[in-house]
Amino acid sequence: MTGFYTLFYKEILRFWKVGFQTVAAPILTALMYLLVFSQVLADRVQPLAGVSYTAFLIPGLMMMSMLQNAFANTSSSIIQSKVTGSMVFVLLPPLSHFEFFSAYTLAAIVRGLVVGLGVSLTALIFDMPSLKYPLWILIFALLGCGIMAVLGMIAGIWAEKFDQLAAFQNFLIMPLTFLSGVFYSIHSLPPFWQQVSHFNPVFYMIDGFRYGFFGQSDVNPWLSLSVVGFSLLILAAMAFSLIKSGYKIRR
Amino acid sequence: MSAITFDHVSKQFGDFTALNDISFRVEEGDFFALLGPNGAGKTTLISILAGLSKASQGHTRVMGYDVSSDYRQARRAVGIVPQELVFDPFFTVRETLRFQSGYFGLKNNGAWIDDILENLGLTSKADANMRTLSGGMKRRVMVAQALVHKPPVIVLDEPTAGVDVELRQTLWAFIRSLNQAGHTIVLTTHYLEEAQTLCNRIAMLKQGRLLALENKEQIMSRGAARTALIKLTTGQWPAALQSLLLRERDNGFEIKLADCNALEHILMTLRQAGLTLKDIEIAQADLEDIFVQMMSA
Ligand SMILES: Nc1ncnc2c1ncn2[C@@H]1O[C@H](COP(=O)(O)OP(=O)(O)O)[C@@H](O)[C@H]1O
Ligand SMILES: [Mg+2]
Repeated sequence: MTGFYTLFYKEILRFWKVGFQTVAAPILTALMYLLVFSQVLADRVQPLAGVSYTAFLIPGLMMMSMLQNAFANTSSSIIQSKVTGSMVFVLLPPLSHFEFFSAYTLAAIVRGLVVGLGVSLTALIFDMPSLKYPLWILIFALLGCGIMAVLGMIAGIWAEKFDQLAAFQNFLIMPLTFLSGVFYSIHSLPPFWQQVSHFNPVFYMIDGFRYGFFGQSDVNPWLSLSVVGFSLLILAAMAFSLIKSGYKIRR
Repeated sequence: MSAITFDHVSKQFGDFTALNDISFRVEEGDFFALLGPNGAGKTTLISILAGLSKASQGHTRVMGYDVSSDYRQARRAVGIVPQELVFDPFFTVRETLRFQSGYFGLKNNGAWIDDILENLGLTSKADANMRTLSGGMKRRVMVAQALVHKPPVIVLDEPTAGVDVELRQTLWAFIRSLNQAGHTIVLTTHYLEEAQTLCNRIAMLKQGRLLALENKEQIMSRGAARTALIKLTTGQWPAALQSLLLRERDNGFEIKLADCNALEHILMTLRQAGLTLKDIEIAQADLEDIFVQMMSA
């Protein structure tokens, strides 16, 4: 337990010490999106009945920021310690595979949540979305961050260089988050792209998360919960088996 | 029970065999040197011991615990100082050591951490960020990190390569005291005189094979043996002793000396030939000569 707690705490401290880049910067970015998009689109679209576009956008941006930062935390921590060699300091001690897995994952979830909270607080300047079902909000926030934390771990273990990780981020994570309904309701898309969106797990994270705020969603929140929960299980099993086998970490 | 057991350990990287059927033991309380030229496989062997690398064949045990099936116990029993200078730039020296203790499951390790800092001359740097330390200081922190959990077995992979004299002395004094307190020490080094003065047992590795494993005395008495430089007041080297002569230098005759008893016979022969001894110098072969001789064999 002490081993897990120490690694968890170290991972938290790692991002907190450079909080300007890891927390403040993503909050500012989300704020920029909010400022620009709500100005441009506020009068033109109303994706959900009775909800202003700005209010609609806030949960989407929160989720996007949370996902990106949860991913960034595990992936950058792992690749950095791999490239510099300082990973030996966590490989030499008797940490169990599970301690290793859960400490990195949970610390990344914490960063995601801190950023998400930051975005929501600053967004209050613009608008205040309702909080219809807080429990749904919390569950989707946790699961969404969890998925991305685990995906970041897989990417960090797999990548040998920073540019490989950047490719993973630019060609997988970015398209998945942008094409998931952060800025729009997928009902406003042509039917073909609506179909495609249904294969994107990030769509379910955002749709379920938004349901928690407004009580309205594109698909049934239970379906979203199942898809998101199932994705997390699969990815966690993959990451766990990578750690257990020592893939690219213990040669 | 041996402190470390290598049992038919081999390691391949693709087609390349880095370790070829290595078997030996390090006993509890040993101060053990692992010698060999660059690329011999020393670091690979230590990585297998540490669980950083997996052997292709064979078994490795630390204090009786298998490094793969009993990895948690095995890792608790050993402290490793890796060869490469690495550090986590986010933290101070003390944070680094607190975290390392925590990973080993130790919560209140402050007193021992202070002890290590003191013994390694790091006390004044305790709250400095790792980034700001010199290479030698970073190396000391790596040694400290390996010791936080008071491991019965301590392994240092070329800890003094490229490190200042002061650190070498502080470090060896501390390591020696740990050895006297019962810790088993294994080190690899390029400075052979370090192995010679510190260690009681020596293994030599070359191209992934174990060439020799002996007590220091045994290894020192092997091979090159001793030489003597004999200076005479006048006269020529007697024909009877011609076979021993290696060369003439510094107005004297350098000869092979199998052991000290052989000297008696030589002196007698010289006396019988009517020659008077002016000076005699006996040179002990050092580990370096033996090492070079074995490695080029
Ligand atoms: N990860 C690796 N992949 C391929 N070859 C390796 C790897 N690690 C070590 N080697 C090779 O194994 C041999 C032994 O290396 P090493 O154990 O570092 O030697 P030493 O520590 O005795 O100098 C070297 O020839 C080295 O190039
Ligand atoms: Mg080496």
